[in-house]
Amino acid sequence: MSKILVGLKRVVDYNVRVRVKPDGTGVVTDGVKMSINPFDEIALEEALRIKEKGGATEVVVVSIGPADTQQQLRTGLAMGADRAILVQTDTPVEPLAAARIFLKLIEKESPQIVLLGKQGIDDDNNQTGQMLAALWDRPQATFASKVELEGAKAKVTREVDAGLETIEVDLPAVLTTDLRLNEPRYVKLPDIMKAKKKPLDTVAIASLGVDTAPQFKTTRYEPPAARSKGIMVKDVAELVAALKQKGLV
Amino acid sequence: MAAKILIVAEHAGGKLNPSTAKCVACASTIEGAQIDIAVFAADGAAVAAEAAKIQGVKTVLTIDNAANAEPLAAVLAPQVAAVAANYTHVFGPSTTFGKDLMPRVAALLGVGQLSDIMAAEGAYKFRRPVYAGNAIITVEAPQDKKLVATVRTASFQAAPQGGSAAVEAANVSASLPSHTRFVERSAATTGRPDLQTAPRVVSGGRALGSSDNFKIIFSLADKLGAAVGASRAAVDAGYAANDLQVGQTGKIIAPELYVAVGISGAIQHLTGIKDARTIVAINKDAEAPIFEVADIGLVGDLFTVLPELEKALG
Repeated sequence: MSKILVGLKRVVDYNVRVRVKPDGTGVVTDGVKMSINPFDEIALEEALRIKEKGGATEVVVVSIGPADTQQQLRTGLAMGADRAILVQTDTPVEPLAAARIFLKLIEKESPQIVLLGKQGIDDDNNQTGQMLAALWDRPQATFASKVELEGAKAKVTREVDAGLETIEVDLPAVLTTDLRLNEPRYVKLPDIMKAKKKPLDTVAIASLGVDTAPQFKTTRYEPPAARSKGIMVKDVAELVAALKQKGLV
Repeated sequence: MAAKILIVAEHAGGKLNPSTAKCVACASTIEGAQIDIAVFAADGAAVAAEAAKIQGVKTVLTIDNAANAEPLAAVLAPQVAAVAANYTHVFGPSTTFGKDLMPRVAALLGVGQLSDIMAAEGAYKFRRPVYAGNAIITVEAPQDKKLVATVRTASFQAAPQGGSAAVEAANVSASLPSHTRFVERSAATTGRPDLQTAPRVVSGGRALGSSDNFKIIFSLADKLGAAVGASRAAVDAGYAANDLQVGQTGKIIAPELYVAVGISGAIQHLTGIKDARTIVAINKDAEAPIFEVADIGLVGDLFTVLPELEKALG
């Protein structure tokens, strides 16, 4: 009975142009569309494909967040996950705390694979999977673009700066996904109906007995420095002249 | 207490990656900091000799071990954590190497990690981008904990050469796992400049239309002595290799000259290039967002503009 645990983070939708609040206390999230973090959607898709090929018997989606996060978990169930766990909290948790929470769930669920997105597109931290693997004392295969299971091992191709790197890890292991691992499926209406009947357990974060106190304090949010407006040239000759003027050619 | 900063060297094929000197540059902005570099390798002598020449470095530690032949995070992390015992800060580059390794180090040390430092305002106060660079946050870290962080390499010029640090072999006792094994690496050996560090970059987008058409990007890049980049759309469509992707989830670069060809300029792409000194945009669509950030914009069909440009450049 091999199980895959998948993390789904609720984030501001990929297509929303995020703006900093005028008072610098955060970004505008009121009335903004929220979605599953795109990398996590890829993680879930990979888990479902592994299960469909007989490599796993159950896919459990997990999230940490406010009650509204149930929406994203229901979407995960509609995609095909078997059940969901929401670790409920109204306070954002740092990656180390998220890793500690996942470790608690791992102790209970004993998964063969934990699949997470490589980074949340909100905080852009890119940490939770690596931290979880460390705390769990298990292998990590980050930035995966190809996953091949061979018994109790996984061969994972990773997107690295130099190109592609392949490593072999013993299971259980933590895998984090890069963009080109797969293309997540679309959710169909009957699946949304079916997902309503699938189990979604809510766990209060305090009941896990995990240290979730934040270590870092964000004191200010600012918009990025704007680039000054450039010039438009009308043809190649003008372009070359402009480049020459800047000493670039 | 003055900051004592350990920087984990990134290297491959016996050569130090320039990201290491950028980490030194970041660490050097912290007043009074002592900066050491650790080289984890099978035989780190050549890399250590290079690292010792970076200005501002006091000591280069070599941790030679056959298990360190390939940079596997699970193997390196316990060793980095052991060496970190004598330091207040541990920095690595925000490259795939550092992103893979540093969070694992932090968790072993029982502390959080700060990602993508773009500026240090003190030993425990930093600025970093979030939301694909749509917001820059100021973060304070606790002074009673070790600070593990990655440095956003595009935000720093490499620290200059001319130093003469001492090189010392360090003994590290850590039990290393065997559950993770290196299989192979397929590096694109193009003979072209490295995208991450090249002073000039020519990038192509979806408008190229095919991998065959993408060759005109390589051709212009060769003319300019530039590295080649690509938008996510071009990589997803299979026109260019994954390691050429520039943007939020690809490479963040800061060249002197960035030429964006047939790239519309999605916010995720702009995140990767906004530290470029001069951005040139060539696009058929006059409304493309890339023109909002371009220093020089040319509206036109890339398939006529590029051959003309190459010719004009002689």
